[in-house]
Amino acid sequence: MKYLKQFGIILLISFIGEMLHVLLPLPVPASIYGIAILFLCLECKIIKVEDIKETSVFLIEIMPVMFIPAAVGLMDSWKIIRPSLLPYGIITVVTTVAVMAVSGRVVQFIMRRRGKRCPEEMNPGGRDRGNYE
Amino acid sequence: MNEFFETSVFFGVFISLLSYGLGIVLKKKWKLAIFNPLLIAVAVTILCLCLLHVDYAVYKEGAACISFLLTPATICLAVPLYEQIELLKKNYKAIMIGIISGVLTSLTSVFLLVLLFRMDYASYVTLLPKSITTAIGMGVSEELGGYVPITVAVIIVTGVIGNMLAETICKVFKISDPVAKGVAIGSSSHAIGTAKAMEMGDVEGAMSSLSIVVSGILTVIGANVFAQFM
Repeated sequence: MKYLKQFGIILLISFIGEMLHVLLPLPVPASIYGIAILFLCLECKIIKVEDIKETSVFLIEIMPVMFIPAAVGLMDSWKIIRPSLLPYGIITVVTTVAVMAVSGRVVQFIMRRRGKRCPEEMNPGGRDRGNYE
Repeated sequence: MNEFFETSVFFGVFISLLSYGLGIVLKKKWKLAIFNPLLIAVAVTILCLCLLHVDYAVYKEGAACISFLLTPATICLAVPLYEQIELLKKNYKAIMIGIISGVLTSLTSVFLLVLLFRMDYASYVTLLPKSITTAIGMGVSEELGGYVPITVAVIIVTGVIGNMLAETICKVFKISDPVAKGVAIGSSSHAIGTAKAMEMGDVEGAMSSLSIVVSGILTVIGANVFAQFM
């Protein structure tokens, strides 16, 4: 029963998110509304983390698998992309690497400059901070 | 035989899980970024469908129950976010500036590279929402007049690249802080990257989830501004 109840709560929030997506004229998908709703429910203690913990851990763990069907769709869009594959490919790779490098460096730079360097708190789980340097 | 694969209820899901399992085995054996389980799964599944002459539409119908879980799973990302809220509050300035700089980097680099390759306006707006989650990105592309199927393909490839290269990029650019790693992965490669961030740790996962939401919203505004530049 525990898992059924947990999954039920998550589906209810998905459903509310879906409704908001249809009702509100914004380009926001159901899942984003859902994250906001669940977060607020947790903050306001309407839902306790224990009420959904195991199921949410499981769903997040198997999340990569859920992208397979959409990504396999590339075999269909292949025909449209093929003529300009090179520019699309280069732009996709270059911008992805650039965004990751810039946003990560900026966050790290600001956090360190502000002197909030406290390895214990920044590093839950005891990962070694100096690992890469 | 081909008919059997087309009508089978379990074929689509089974082939997806099997190929993902194969990806995990390969990743364990050779710890190279190219043996990314998601990438292997997609490649093997496409190969199987081609060899067995099964159309994508047929496969998609069979695998619909996997995609069905995507919205509930994405919503669950609120849990790590809630659990890490103190860390977020403490560093909100750094996190927000990081996400904003990520969004601006994405839009600017697309703009410059499109100019470099002399591509047209439609291709430009097709690429603008490439780093955000598919559902929002599709909306942006459609509204601005881009090719929606290409936007979807580019967004997915972006995610897979992020998922595949996250560890390498963080290493090369010396991004060692979990908060910074999470923001970097979420802003650049949305939910598919976040799946990787969740594997790296709770803090990475939470920050990555937050970045999907914030960068998604900022990109809607930013893409509309950047669309005027061309």
